[in-house]
Amino acid sequence: MLIAILTGFLFAILLFFGGKKLVNHKLALLPTLIPLGLFVYFVRFIGEVSNKEFIHKTYEWIPSLGVNLSFTLDGLSLLFSLLITGIGTLVFAYTSSYLKGHEYLDRFYGYLSIFMGAMLGLVLSDNLISLFVFWELTSISSFFLIGFNNTSEASRKSALTALGITGIGGLLLLGGGIVLGNISGTYSITEMLAQKDFIQGHEHYILAACLIFGAAFTKSAQFPFHFWLPGAMKAPTPVSTYLHSATMVKAGVYLLFRMSPLMGSTSFWNNTLLIVGLITMVYSAFHSIFRTDMKGILAYTTISALGILVFLIGLGAHESYLAAAVFIIVHALYKATFFMMTGVVDHQAKTRNVTELSGLRKVMLPVAIAGLLAAISNAGIPPSVGFIGKDLIYEGTFHFEHSAILLTAFAILTNVFISYAGYVAGIKPFIGKLPEKFEKVKFPSFFLWFPPVLLGTLGFIIGLFPVLIEKSLVKPILWSIGEDAAEVHLKLWHGITPILGLSLLTIASGIILYFVLKPSAKKEAFITKFEALSPKSILENFNRAFSKFSVLWTRIFQNGYLRNYVSVIILFLIALMGYTLVDGTTYKIDYASFARLTVYEVVILTILILAIGLIVFAKSRLAAVVATGIMGYSICLLFVFYSAPDLAMTQFAIDTLTVILFVLVLYKLPKYLKLSDYKMRIRDGILSIAFGGLISILALEVLAQPVNSEISDFYAKNSYLLAHGKNVVNVILVDFRGADTMVEISVLAISAIGVFGLLKLRLKSVERYQK
Amino acid sequence: MKTLILRTASNYLLPILLLISIFILLRGHYLPGGGFVGGLIASIAFVLHAFANGLKNTKRLLKFHPGYLMPVGLAVSFLSGVLPVIGFDEPFMTGLWMHDAIPVLGKLGTALFFDIGVYIVVQGVTLTIIFTISESA
Repeated sequence: MLIAILTGFLFAILLFFGGKKLVNHKLALLPTLIPLGLFVYFVRFIGEVSNKEFIHKTYEWIPSLGVNLSFTLDGLSLLFSLLITGIGTLVFAYTSSYLKGHEYLDRFYGYLSIFMGAMLGLVLSDNLISLFVFWELTSISSFFLIGFNNTSEASRKSALTALGITGIGGLLLLGGGIVLGNISGTYSITEMLAQKDFIQGHEHYILAACLIFGAAFTKSAQFPFHFWLPGAMKAPTPVSTYLHSATMVKAGVYLLFRMSPLMGSTSFWNNTLLIVGLITMVYSAFHSIFRTDMKGILAYTTISALGILVFLIGLGAHESYLAAAVFIIVHALYKATFFMMTGVVDHQAKTRNVTELSGLRKVMLPVAIAGLLAAISNAGIPPSVGFIGKDLIYEGTFHFEHSAILLTAFAILTNVFISYAGYVAGIKPFIGKLPEKFEKVKFPSFFLWFPPVLLGTLGFIIGLFPVLIEKSLVKPILWSIGEDAAEVHLKLWHGITPILGLSLLTIASGIILYFVLKPSAKKEAFITKFEALSPKSILENFNRAFSKFSVLWTRIFQNGYLRNYVSVIILFLIALMGYTLVDGTTYKIDYASFARLTVYEVVILTILILAIGLIVFAKSRLAAVVATGIMGYSICLLFVFYSAPDLAMTQFAIDTLTVILFVLVLYKLPKYLKLSDYKMRIRDGILSIAFGGLISILALEVLAQPVNSEISDFYAKNSYLLAHGKNVVNVILVDFRGADTMVEISVLAISAIGVFGLLKLRLKSVERYQK
Repeated sequence: MKTLILRTASNYLLPILLLISIFILLRGHYLPGGGFVGGLIASIAFVLHAFANGLKNTKRLLKFHPGYLMPVGLAVSFLSGVLPVIGFDEPFMTGLWMHDAIPVLGKLGTALFFDIGVYIVVQGVTLTIIFTISESA
């Protein structure tokens, strides 16, 4: 199973080497074999899974942290795996025509297959941490896919928004996983299930649930995080089909589904999902009827459908789980059809605006059929599978214990809007008179029109024979979340029931709405007026304010004056250390423990003080530099007296070089000017004295502590025995802590390259400019 | 500072200082010294030569840009650390030692080569920084 997940990644790496050759020629269909092969691989498991034999595989990854690559293939995972690979196959084939001859087609396939691998990993993971890793991988690959047209600013911006929102969600998921892991002591979802009651009774249960909600709501574009999804429609249509209708956006729903048996059936869990799902489905269904861009319409209806799924999971009853399971299949089938159909229209007619498009059936009949099939399934008209899906949704709401009427009313309202939007996107562009400008539109190639027709037809076949998915997919899904599925019988005709009446009401209202309400640019302009109040604008304003704040912050603290940097750093240190010193030190100096002052020391100290005086009051820069040199050498002498010859030697060499460097730099500076006035000097003086005093106190305090000589004893004893060296300092440098030295010399080299780059490369660009 | 005395002296001082730096490098394992100080002394030797004879002459003497010393030194140090891993199946940076001492140098081990790497890197870094600054100043 690991191989199946890794195939996508391996293929992407392979493209790195031979991609251009493989993809830009007649072999463009070749990548399709990858999802197709995986689809066949997963289909083989249907037999086992539908007999309630779920498959578990564990590969050790970081066993010490309890993080393993453990995979579970149960009904839920199987459904998603089949969607990912099945729709993936069609999307791959579709892409070969859609982006025919595109310069970066190989890249596109690379991103797509990475995404496919990540998505498979996500739905198969049983370990929350590996689930998180794959979750983030889908966000990252979707970032590249949304921003695929990287020359367009809007598309780059949408990619960033999507990455930001879903990325934050991913972090929340990690947080939620860790909280759950801490509560239960394991990261495996299956093992957590055994401790369900303990987890739900734990004081951190609410926190964990909130984090999981954050992850799911951002990924599945729930209100108020929904706005990244319409933006993500900037991506090429195959991406919208694959990521933003059928698979990735359902990852959040998947997560909620997966966690429901563990965390569900508490009022907090269910009510939150119910309310958020309800708001999302009504809000975005309402929005969808004002759009004129076909992809915009589909984006909003997708959000609405995701809202319905979250809402159904929130209901938390047997009927609603069943409805959600079926609706995932239904939605994937018709929405992918919609998107692919839109892509063909866009590709051939070069526009997606529904107010302009009409009569296209005359030039692309199969696409018109696909649109019709999708619209019928979307509206829930029998005998499509959409009818079964819609029926089950009403079953779920109608038989709910509280406020069933109200919930059903909302569901009907949403479905009416959605079916209207479906007619506008799926039927309107194809009927009526063909305008002159579209008369020359060419007939699309086979791999453009065939996948949507296939998917659309599939929706009808399943609708007519629901038994096809009943035992193989739907029942195992219910089993995998611990529901009893014995009583599940999917059928088209239930007899005359109130539910049938509701369905008919929905269909009728949708059709009436279609004839009453015509999409127009005016209506879209009307709804965009309210955008200032939407979460998207609020976030954008927040971002703007934040960048203004950071500009201000940078101006204050990163002002380019070295002296200010030094002052700020020292001031901060004084405040920080001074606080601790005031708080918890005794200030006892044990004079008896000090050795007596020798003549050498007195002489050196005098030289030191004189040198410092010279630095402060020097009239020329050179004199000040020389004085610093004197100071450095005096300190070297101190090292010699205190038996640190190594240190002294090094300090000696360093001081020499420092003085040379100073002179080199100062040589070219303007004459020594008094840039600081009297006040500044006093301020700096106070700062220096305070800092010096602080360091002295610190030094005395350190002396007052009992000396722990364990480490130095170890080195002294073992330097010859273990490292064959008598110079302990050097042995530490090259042997005991050799890896540190390795890193340090690398840092040195990097800084030298930095100096070289700063001075040389900049000079060159200035030279070029002058020429 | 192109005085005749300094120029003449620097021609003799350069080899002597370089010898001293190597001496310091080699004695480092038993007595005060080591690759870091050795490298600094060697760079001081070149800087002194550059002061007396001009940067161009020193560069001509060096024949290549001192920047190239950095990767070479890093490679020497790194290889001396990797050698135990590749050749002897020991952890990274394990010290390997010859059984018998060599006259003058004493016992040889990977630590010495590590130190030689440090010596070369320090020279490369110091000379690159100082040459770059003095050229652009």
